[in-house]
Amino acid sequence: MLVVAVIDKLVLYMQYPFVVYAIITGVLIALCSSLLGVTLVLKRFSYIGDGLSHVAFGAMAIASILNITNDMPLILCITIVCAILLLCTGQNVKIKGDTSIAMMSVGAMAIGYLLINVFSTSANLAGDVCSTLFGATSILTLSKSDVVLCIVLSAIVILLFTICYQKIFAVTFDETFAKAIGTKVSAYNFLIAVVTAVIIVLSMRLVGTLLITALVIFPGVSAMRVCKSFRSVTICAAIISVICAVLGLFVSILAGTPVGSTIVAADIVAFGVFSLVGYLKKR
Amino acid sequence: MAQLICKNVTLGYDGVAVLEDLNFQVNQGDYLCIIGENGTGKTTLMKAILGLRKQMLGEISWSDGVATNEIGYLTQQSEIQREFPASVKEVVFSGFQSKCGLRPFYKKEEKQLATQIMEKLGVDVFAGKCYRELSGGQQQRVLLARALCATQKILFLDEPVTGLDPKVSVEMYDVFQRLNQEDGVTIIMISHDVQTSLEYATHILQIGETIFFGTKEEYVAKLNAEGMCACGCSH
Repeated sequence: MLVVAVIDKLVLYMQYPFVVYAIITGVLIALCSSLLGVTLVLKRFSYIGDGLSHVAFGAMAIASILNITNDMPLILCITIVCAILLLCTGQNVKIKGDTSIAMMSVGAMAIGYLLINVFSTSANLAGDVCSTLFGATSILTLSKSDVVLCIVLSAIVILLFTICYQKIFAVTFDETFAKAIGTKVSAYNFLIAVVTAVIIVLSMRLVGTLLITALVIFPGVSAMRVCKSFRSVTICAAIISVICAVLGLFVSILAGTPVGSTIVAADIVAFGVFSLVGYLKKR
Repeated sequence: MAQLICKNVTLGYDGVAVLEDLNFQVNQGDYLCIIGENGTGKTTLMKAILGLRKQMLGEISWSDGVATNEIGYLTQQSEIQREFPASVKEVVFSGFQSKCGLRPFYKKEEKQLATQIMEKLGVDVFAGKCYRELSGGQQQRVLLARALCATQKILFLDEPVTGLDPKVSVEMYDVFQRLNQEDGVTIIMISHDVQTSLEYATHILQIGETIFFGTKEEYVAKLNAEGMCACGCSH
């Protein structure tokens, strides 16, 4: 009886366009974010997602005080620039990778919150900030143009990833070798940086700035517990990510829980299951 | 026929020269060992030759139809690779990437060539296995297979037997020798093991306080003249 009731309720909800939009964007974002996760984890760039999401928060603060209603392009630009700065700085810079990420991320966070506080005219400041940080309900309030933008960007990300798949593998596995035999390593690092930034800005809508890293990292790490080749890890991560996103969305619609944290909780459960399977397989 | 010519090359970090005025030439089919103490700039030299860093002065030139994407390089293993989820096949195939250009997939002929190379090096039996689950010697063979996919002309080896046990090391040296003698692959190897270098190499480049370049026989003669035996002690 319960199952029937749940299905009935879902069917009812599916008649609302905003629920359908949320599911479409949710699936696409989950798919995209999982693709590069494996590369970022293996390149020791896990934290970059986190850093960039904070940058995106700062960018959003700027957009909101400038009263820009369509804030996506501005956020996208600022985040891409920061991603390039972070990922493409050479080995010989004075401030090393993790330090510069930490500096950029807290810096952007502090400035962003400061700007919102000083200039914002919103009555519900704490609520606004909270919904940006944790995603809250923004995914259920997507407009049609948001969905279209999301579909276009996801398509570009997936296409680029497919075309450059072998190169991304080579650059991740052994940068020195790739460079020695003439692959344009810096060009591909640049590409990875830009795509990461796009994914971050996209997934900000779904899970909020604080939880993006989970969406990028968890599926990849879960898949790495069990799968043995780069291709199977990538495919497995994509499947895990999409399933978790859909499950999380349904649960949050039915139970009224926050979308972002529910999806991340689903990812954590998946990680637990895959760790267990990996452990059992090894024995 | 000269494949690689280094003319008056000076290498260094931050404007301080480590290696000065180096001159040597590598011909097709040579087996050159670069020997010298730690910190004399062996790896720096190799990186300069491979175009991974710039030399301060001098000229490094390729000839004899060696394009920059026809170089095979066997690196020292990195931390990342030890836990990388990749199948042996994927790793070996990645040697072809520079020949692909923007083509996203590998050709059938390339896959066939890779299979032949894997058979030759005895790694075909674990082609579908996970790279991180192999032993150190097996991993090194896989990386060698990848390097051979990139080229059949010239191989650069940076201390290729580091961390391998003596038996496996000997096997690796035999593989290098076979490639050199049977297939005519030019080999340039960094080594700190003078003894083994003298056993296999045709040419020796010694860098450090004294710089020497010449054939193995010339090097042995020089050591004898200085009253040293080949193992570096003063018998």
